Amino acid sequence: MANSDEHETPKPFDEMLEPDGTVRMAYAQYGEWLQGVSKETLIRKDEQADMMFRRLGITFTVYGDAESTERMIPFDIIPRIIDPNEWDYLSRGAIQRVDAINAFLDDVYHDQAILKAGRIPPELVLNNDAFRPEMLDLDLPRRIYGHIAGVDLVRTGAREFYVLEDNVRTPSGVSYMLENRQTMMRLFPELFATNHVAPIGRYATELRNNLQSVAPIGVDEPTIVLLTPGRFNSAYFEHAFLATEMGVRLVEGQDLFVDEGFVFMRTTEGPKRVDVIYRRIDDDFIDPLAFRPESMLGVPGLLSVVRRGRVTLANAIGSGVADDKAMYVYVPEMIRFYLGEEPILQNVPTYSLRNPDDYKYVLEHLEELVVKEVHGSGGYGMLVGPKSTKAEREAYAERLKAEPEAFIAQPTLSLSTCPTWVDEGVAPRHVDLRPFVLSGRRTTVMPGGLTRVALKEGSLVVNSSQGGGTKDTWVLER
Amino acid sequence: MLSRTADNLYWLGRYVERAENNARLIDGTYHMSLLPITPDEHAELWRKLFQSAEEIEAFVEKHPEFTNDAVTRYLTLDPDNRSSIFCCLEAARDNTRAARAELTTEISQCINQTWIDIRAIDMDRIHERGLQDFLDLIKERAHLFQGVVYSTMRRGEPFLFWELGTALERAENTSRLIMTRADSFHRAHRRDDGFDFYRWGTFLRSANAYSAYRQIYGDIDSVCVAEMLITNTNIPRSLLACIEDTTDILKTLRREAPCAEMSERLAAEIRAMRLDQVLRSGLESFLNDFRKQVHALSDQIRADFMMVR
Repeated sequence: MANSDEHETPKPFDEMLEPDGTVRMAYAQYGEWLQGVSKETLIRKDEQADMMFRRLGITFTVYGDAESTERMIPFDIIPRIIDPNEWDYLSRGAIQRVDAINAFLDDVYHDQAILKAGRIPPELVLNNDAFRPEMLDLDLPRRIYGHIAGVDLVRTGAREFYVLEDNVRTPSGVSYMLENRQTMMRLFPELFATNHVAPIGRYATELRNNLQSVAPIGVDEPTIVLLTPGRFNSAYFEHAFLATEMGVRLVEGQDLFVDEGFVFMRTTEGPKRVDVIYRRIDDDFIDPLAFRPESMLGVPGLLSVVRRGRVTLANAIGSGVADDKAMYVYVPEMIRFYLGEEPILQNVPTYSLRNPDDYKYVLEHLEELVVKEVHGSGGYGMLVGPKSTKAEREAYAERLKAEPEAFIAQPTLSLSTCPTWVDEGVAPRHVDLRPFVLSGRRTTVMPGGLTRVALKEGSLVVNSSQGGGTKDTWVLER
Repeated sequence: MLSRTADNLYWLGRYVERAENNARLIDGTYHMSLLPITPDEHAELWRKLFQSAEEIEAFVEKHPEFTNDAVTRYLTLDPDNRSSIFCCLEAARDNTRAARAELTTEISQCINQTWIDIRAIDMDRIHERGLQDFLDLIKERAHLFQGVVYSTMRRGEPFLFWELGTALERAENTSRLIMTRADSFHRAHRRDDGFDFYRWGTFLRSANAYSAYRQIYGDIDSVCVAEMLITNTNIPRSLLACIEDTTDILKTLRREAPCAEMSERLAAEIRAMRLDQVLRSGLESFLNDFRKQVHALSDQIRADFMMVR
């Protein structure tokens, strides 16, 4: 087989194969199966998978694309497999991070000890758009802000995992984790009989229990709802899916209203009180009286009910101050400060362009770096240095000069690759991993997550909006 | 349940039923248009499929003449015609998405598959395989959808709102169907020219009631046809059966709701009416009155269950 990566050094870490071509432990069973299976079978399974997703109507919306606004995220039929030891380390690391972030959020909305101790520049927090002074001195149930978090990880070597970013606003993708598993079990039941794959099906139950555990004080049997921006939102499928799985109502802003200091939903039997809202609407749009007045998606007056402690929002308003790309640099510091521990998972070395030395370095090394907007997400508006043209770099440099504090840069990591089913057959493609961390009575992480894969050969951008696909993620049991 | 979701399910019921009824109406009219009739009669036949002057106007704006081809194109696949089969299914899918959390996977899949299929169909394909083939597909899918709902959906409020939409849409469509022949029911208008049998036969088939008619009444007779489609409660699409179903559903939802009482009153009126008198004084005014009452009823339903804000 021709190796198109020959001129690229060094060769990225392959999830399935050792450098000498032997199959790694975690893939031992699967590798054997893959060797024996015919190309025709894989073609047929791939078609079946495609049809299953289409019929389920699992689509997402691509913004700014009038032609086909509804697309499917390509699903890859080859799983990403994680060894139990690796998982043990990854899951402890992810939980540690989210615990520190929750402690940080509780702190910045109360005593601000970490700022007073000089461990994080106060202006970075207090002048941050995602910091919500409206949340100051408000005690949240169990002191939790980020009830649902997604920690994006990449791998560059056998024991080298890096956290790319933390998502504690409204992280999405968990429905793909769950549906991908369902699909794999239907397509390849025999593989689940031989590989001991840790089940993930209890995610919704666990989430629901957690949401119950953070209900306002005195509410024993809370009414929980999932608040969606509506069926034109890119993640609507996920919202409906989770609502069904949890057995809670899927509501839109127009279904809720505030009256006499409580939140109600409009039902066929009249108004019904709501106690916990799992919201998938951003802070900016959640309450037109408190934030963006033109928002039609939110619930006027919602913040005032939150302030009275009569409704719990998950995640809490103002959580975003912990996950922006400028704050990311300080998460290891949060871990040390609040937990008194050393970080289990490493950050990617990050240059903040607000810092003059970093600024100078980045402009001189654009070709080697990945540059991202501090407030950006979804892979929009980023520059991947090694894959960019000179003209693209020059145009991007202009943006950096105009507003340095809006950008960070990181070395281009050689993301690990995983065998993937593409037009030419099975070939390595770069992947990342988003495990989902839930906080409530305790902090847990489902054994699995969303593996995203860059389907284009050589591409490092895994975002679904940029041509990425997803894989089922198997964590093997001991 | 959420009022908005109730609204979505109600409209889901209505749109699928409407798509199917449109398919049957087109089917019947298409068959009639194949008879040796004058061009004027031909145009008149198609014109009757439109419910109002505005609908006719919208059609005439796009197509100069009521030809088979123009009308079938307009009523089946035209995305600009809000009551085309295509648009009904699009609206059904939209409501399925909105109410997705209340529906079973099987229901969503059924609607999605139909949506995927209809989007792959264009007029060329309809010509190639025949209009009948297309209309059969729509009818089949509508029946499949209703079967899937009946066999997989939990009984309770969401189900009842879906059923309610289906029943009311059925009532409206049957009245629309009768309206297409409103002037020919009276025995005085009978034409003993062999056409009569064919005409009423086709008509009954559009109501899915041909074989039932033959079993109950035997010979084709326009007054019997009217009785069957208006007051015979053994025929699921008769006006009275639909309104009785509606009454039952509303009473199950909330016994004391004003709309339940309203629906019961309407059923009682139909039961008490004298068909021969109605036929003598003209079916048209009866049907217009009936439709007005159904509209008022659906407004009341929406008010009673907070489906309007």
